[in-house]
Amino acid sequence: MANADCIIIQGSNMAECHPVGYQWVAEAKARGAKVIHVDPRFTRTSAVADKHIPIRAGSDVVLLGALINYVITRDLWFKEYVSAYTNAATLVHDDYRDAEDLGGLFSGFDPETGAYDTASWAYAEQGGGTIQEPAGDSEHGSHASARAAGHQFGSGGPSLEHAQVQRDDTLQDPRTVFQILKRHYARYTPEMVQDMCGIGVTDFEYLAHAITENSGRERTTCFAYAVGWTQHSLGTQFIRAAAILQLLLGNVGRPGSGIMALRGHASIQGSTDIPTLFNLLPGYLPMPSAGRHDTLSEYLEAIASKKQKGYWTDADSYTISLLKAWWGDAASAQNDWAYNYLPRLTGAHGTYETAMAMLEDKVEGYFVLGQNPAVGSSNGRMQRLGMSHLKWLVVRDLNLIESATWWKDGPEIESGELRTEDIETEVFFMPAATHVEKAGSFTQTQRLLQWRHQAVAPPGECQSELQFFFQLGQRIREKLAGSDDERDRPLLDLSWDYPTDEHGDPDAEAVLAEINGRHLSGPEAGKPLSAYTELRADGSTAAGCWIYTGVYADGINHAANRKPGQEQGPAASEWGWAWPANRRILYNRASADPAGKPWSERKKYIWWDQEQGRWVGDDVPDFPVDRAPGSQPDPELGGAAALTGDDPFIMQADGKGWLFAPTGLVDGPLPTHYEPQESPVANALYPQQQSPARLVFPRADNLSAPSAGTRGADVYPYVFTTYRLTEHHTAGGMSRWLPYLSELQPEMFCEVSPELAAERGLEPYGWATIISPRSAIEAKVLITERMTPLAVGGHTVHQIGLPYHWGVGTDAVVSGDAANDLLGVTLDPNVQIQESKVASCDIRPGRRPRGAELLALVAEYQARAGTTIETGNQRITDRAAEGAKPDPGENGRTEGGSR
Amino acid sequence: MGQLSGPTDPTADAHWEHQQPRKGFFTDTSVCIGCKACEVACKEWNHNPRDGNLELLGSSYDNTGSLGASTWRHVAFIEQGQDRITEARESGRALVNLGMPRIGPPGAAATAGPDLAQVDTTPPDTADFRWLMSSDVCKHCTHAGCLDVCPTGALFRTEFGTVVVQDDVCNGCGTCVAGCPFGVIERRSDGMVAVAAQREEQHAEHAAVPNAGVAQKCTLCYDRLVADETPACAKACPTTSIKFGNHDDMVETARERVAGLHAQGLTEARLYGANELDGVGGTGSVFLLLDEPEVYGLPPDPRVPTADLPRMYRRAGMAVAGMVAAAAVAFLGGRA
Repeated sequence: MANADCIIIQGSNMAECHPVGYQWVAEAKARGAKVIHVDPRFTRTSAVADKHIPIRAGSDVVLLGALINYVITRDLWFKEYVSAYTNAATLVHDDYRDAEDLGGLFSGFDPETGAYDTASWAYAEQGGGTIQEPAGDSEHGSHASARAAGHQFGSGGPSLEHAQVQRDDTLQDPRTVFQILKRHYARYTPEMVQDMCGIGVTDFEYLAHAITENSGRERTTCFAYAVGWTQHSLGTQFIRAAAILQLLLGNVGRPGSGIMALRGHASIQGSTDIPTLFNLLPGYLPMPSAGRHDTLSEYLEAIASKKQKGYWTDADSYTISLLKAWWGDAASAQNDWAYNYLPRLTGAHGTYETAMAMLEDKVEGYFVLGQNPAVGSSNGRMQRLGMSHLKWLVVRDLNLIESATWWKDGPEIESGELRTEDIETEVFFMPAATHVEKAGSFTQTQRLLQWRHQAVAPPGECQSELQFFFQLGQRIREKLAGSDDERDRPLLDLSWDYPTDEHGDPDAEAVLAEINGRHLSGPEAGKPLSAYTELRADGSTAAGCWIYTGVYADGINHAANRKPGQEQGPAASEWGWAWPANRRILYNRASADPAGKPWSERKKYIWWDQEQGRWVGDDVPDFPVDRAPGSQPDPELGGAAALTGDDPFIMQADGKGWLFAPTGLVDGPLPTHYEPQESPVANALYPQQQSPARLVFPRADNLSAPSAGTRGADVYPYVFTTYRLTEHHTAGGMSRWLPYLSELQPEMFCEVSPELAAERGLEPYGWATIISPRSAIEAKVLITERMTPLAVGGHTVHQIGLPYHWGVGTDAVVSGDAANDLLGVTLDPNVQIQESKVASCDIRPGRRPRGAELLALVAEYQARAGTTIETGNQRITDRAAEGAKPDPGENGRTEGGSR
Repeated sequence: MGQLSGPTDPTADAHWEHQQPRKGFFTDTSVCIGCKACEVACKEWNHNPRDGNLELLGSSYDNTGSLGASTWRHVAFIEQGQDRITEARESGRALVNLGMPRIGPPGAAATAGPDLAQVDTTPPDTADFRWLMSSDVCKHCTHAGCLDVCPTGALFRTEFGTVVVQDDVCNGCGTCVAGCPFGVIERRSDGMVAVAAQREEQHAEHAAVPNAGVAQKCTLCYDRLVADETPACAKACPTTSIKFGNHDDMVETARERVAGLHAQGLTEARLYGANELDGVGGTGSVFLLLDEPEVYGLPPDPRVPTADLPRMYRRAGMAVAGMVAAAAVAFLGGRA
């Protein structure tokens, strides 16, 4: 980021939530970069930016779409880059119908399942058919949603049968991606931005100028986002929209370019790389699904076709090496490398579905680790009531967080919904070691692994996660010893042997070595692997996470590398270790032109050295190192061998950056503006109000506020958004127990504009009650001009800011009502993230009622709004105006694929 | 004791045999992100107790309020509208146009004048609203009122030119509290809980408040300086808003920075404490502010009370002489 000439921070409050990373923005600014913050609130980030542009929460696709439209219509896109490196010239099949044609739906929508059959979005094949996913028919959107399949694209794009696409390099064919893109965003104008985002034309032009003037050969613009973009019912599409804009401007794979996903904790990147998610295996390999991935070959075929391009075609090597790391000699060619030891998904098992399953008594036990769902999850009441149905609950934490004490001092005890003596859940609290009391690695935002050494031993009975799980595994295995039940084989055959210190804590470096992997046979048997390209599918290598292979090359812990940046080159390759292959900028082949020369001296990074016959530069080249720029290998080769000299996107099935996503997304191939689940504004772009493929949960404990234009919408007239403060950490488990942090932000508050305060009679630093269809909470009132009422669609939209750090309990230094109790559960269908950055509420002065009166207040609002479980949960807003059922007669088009 | 006012080297005045270069902070508020890491790092390092009553202060994001016995770094948050920004820009420009007698680089000021006419001084983009953040700290004055009035010698001038309380010497008389023109030093009351230094103590009874009843303030991390370490606040600052180094270098950096901001049209920038001709002989901690000092709760014209001692003594002397003379005249006159 320090190399950027312009930085757009949108969907993130970077200075507050990533203050350490913000040093690079400060550095860029000191070098002359322009910093613009687009956010509903004026925050500490806005305070140090060149400009703050207030935006209505949830309207970002309109703004980004208008920027795309601006760049295309004014011919400001980076021609050479876009033509060579993106799929702009690729032809999409004739079956495709755009949201512009169908009133806000794309072709293939099935109102019954509420999901898309994505087959009609496919690339056109040279013979006239479509290029689908490799395992036969495309996975239906409803199935892909249930396993949040989008997560597996954490290190590369979705698969294709092959990459022999049809192209029109003139970009004139109406079926080219470029023309489709142009048509799709034609109505995303500055005026639409004014009407939907509340951003004036002058501010829009300022932003558009800043971005386009700082893009091209000589200059680069970068975007930074965080959960302000992801936590929406179409969050994935927010980021896709930024990706399209950045590709059009040539801002990917170059110094100071890109879209920075700012991760929310020290190792949240690590927790998706080596996942704590229900649907992933290490290295973004999918968790197998029952019925779809029954055999290893079915599984591997679904990940990537051998005929597509790029490095995902070696998924067999990655998978089999993982199975060898886990099951050692028990994984052999005869038993498909123990593939059947892996569990299979039978449906959606995300955190919210799990809470709902608890309420139906389908879940007996629950481990809560590094998480405080009673405070930190949307619809906190659902979480707490769910936990009250458990037989047992284990909470491992530093402190007695609310998730461990809800049974005696939670909000439902106060309201009378739960009585402690009636709760049968047995709660175990296991004290945990802090990050300074255990060794290990953090993987941060930049994919950089940084090693932490243990500073002090954990006090008392506190344990590291490694020790806890190692011992738990040992005890379970002891109990199962001698079992001849087939279902116990995976546990009994597991490689479960680590050296420990005198306290029984496993050596974290031994785990890192296992993750890195080693040769199992041949002359180098036992030696650590040095690159993922050394992995083999014949059982001769083991690696716990293929993208991390190399971190322990030559038996050295490279995550512990600590050479200061000023003592080395611009990429600072000897500080920590970045996956993959210690590469600091991904897809950096794109930093050179198609002929292999840097786009400019100023933005020089990786280039082709004709004399040496290889790619050289400041970083590890992200390309086959000896593949000459003009190479045109036989496409039949497949894999990395099939990448042409100008295919910089080596993890994409066609080697190109995807402006249009023919597969992989379940809610549309192009980002399209839909309103949030709850909105006081009607969608001015399409008859379709909300994202049709969003995941809704119509339940009495998850009611939604009526949206604009429907009865009762004025009962919850205001938008609220939730966020974090610098002084606290998420649900407070690591900050509200610390006096030094608690005193800095001691009380729950809400931020409102002076106009809204006047409208509702709110007093400065007095109390207010905020009511949503789920709950009502109280907060102190901060009246500030940092909150701006926005003129949207002819009326004023007031936004209320709610930090979500506080929770109701008695053990912390400070406590307070939890903002997340106000939120409902509506999810993005690609990745199952909840929509927690925008919802509807009312606000009024004074404290909330206590006890049963609180429930009565919430019910009174629900009744006044006429809210039922159907409210807001229709798939299609206006059947007459939308093309949910494509006419099969027209162009001979059929619903679904036409292979 | 050396001189009581005006430019001087306080370490030399204190007769240190092995004196070090004078150390100090330069706090550049224009890059402060208000993260309060300085406040927390300071308390962590110095084991200062929590203070405040765990309620919102009613002052934007500032729930600390001011510097005090247990808070040695304090971040102020000031929300301002357009009118105030315009005034700040004008008052800062006025300082430049006057040739900057009180702030800024004397050399650069001469060139800054004509240059300003040519550079683009278009006001920067966010001019309708701003949120100022500034981390305040003990000024470690050249002429330190607290030190000068301390009757026990508990306050002393270190070899780094900083001013430090010796906890075991202070008797808690409180004279220094009135002696500080910035309101920095205070006596620590014993009403606040201390923070557990060990995790084991976290849920046990809180330890007794250390150093209760005696005067407390920033030591500029004297215990770290003697080990050649950066003070905790500067070490923790993620944006280098708090810079630490030799005082002369800090003042020079500050002057360059203010000139740079003026060249960008940010004429609201001005220095605080960098003028050795001010009422405390210049401060060891210098600041770059974006508005008048009062806006940040800083005195616009701080003056060490002892600066007036020579004059007071002179006047007292004159009065004594006059009295003696009058008595003599009366006596002699009587005789006559």
